[in-house]
Amino acid sequence: MAVGKSPPAGGSLLVTKVEEAIAWARKFSLFQYPFVTACCAMEFMSAMGPMYDLARFGAEAPRWSPRQADLIWVVGTVTNRQAPILRRIYNQMTEPKWVIAFGTCASVGGFYDNYATLQGIDKIIPVDVYIPGCPPRPEQVLDGLMLLMDRIAREKSSRMRALKELA
Amino acid sequence: MSTKVVGAVRKAFPDEVIGDHAERGDHTVIVKPGRLVEIVRFLHDDPETDMSHFCDLTVVDWPGRESRFEVVIHLHSLAAGHRIRVKTSVPAQSPVVPSITAVYRGADWFEREAFDLYGVRFEGHPDLRRILLWEGFEGHPLRKDYPKQQRQCPVPLLEDRPGQPPPFPERP
Repeated sequence: MAVGKSPPAGGSLLVTKVEEAIAWARKFSLFQYPFVTACCAMEFMSAMGPMYDLARFGAEAPRWSPRQADLIWVVGTVTNRQAPILRRIYNQMTEPKWVIAFGTCASVGGFYDNYATLQGIDKIIPVDVYIPGCPPRPEQVLDGLMLLMDRIAREKSSRMRALKELA
Repeated sequence: MSTKVVGAVRKAFPDEVIGDHAERGDHTVIVKPGRLVEIVRFLHDDPETDMSHFCDLTVVDWPGRESRFEVVIHLHSLAAGHRIRVKTSVPAQSPVVPSITAVYRGADWFEREAFDLYGVRFEGHPDLRRILLWEGFEGHPLRKDYPKQQRQCPVPLLEDRPGQPPPFPERP
């Protein structure tokens, strides 16, 4: 990549710029996998629709296979019985991958504080952005997506997350 | 309207009926668990009662009672339009009730659900497994003595695992 001199400690200008370019490209080409389980789906559809138009941010095409996606939206209540399914789908996604917990139930379990419901998907998979609300307004969804894009832009592409298969 | 149904059950099974009551036209007959299948079959087959439609089967947990688990069956006659509620109670030590799947095939999943959430066993059920929860779930969550805050998950939780690196670099 860098020609001639070996890069100084801390990364050369060229490498840094390449990383910035990759991060920029990544944040505007999020392929998303909607893991939709409950009523929050309505707000997700609303955010995807022409009025709020999630496609403006490059997060347009939903992929119906987790293997082709790099952003999973967990939309709605996840029961304990669904936990193995969600974790398996998360494991099937290839790096780099990000997770958005959409709505209160996905974030903390919501008012389903009982034996049946997983009290937040962060108990089983790492979450990058939580969008609160029951359901969240599309503005909140856009805000959450922009927050994620903001973080992706600052992520070093050379620093991959530790590739850990969640058991 | 369903008084005649209660009367028919009383007439056919005088020793089995413990009591009956009615609330705003909803009639309930309380029976012993032993010959439950025969009673339900009678309600289904008898031309006078003609309970063609099985509505619901559920369980009520009464922790204070000697017969703790009360199985409640709702039946309906599509032709005559009348309804009946059949209740029977079993003690906590041996919560076993005869299965009515031989009469109403549709009771299959209801009985599985009742078994899953209350731990009442239905003798004669063709496939009595958990239906809503997973195999390996400990206890029966709708019992009143199930701890309200107890959580179970079929996969290990992240917080039980060794420390993970933060998913993102810190903000500058």
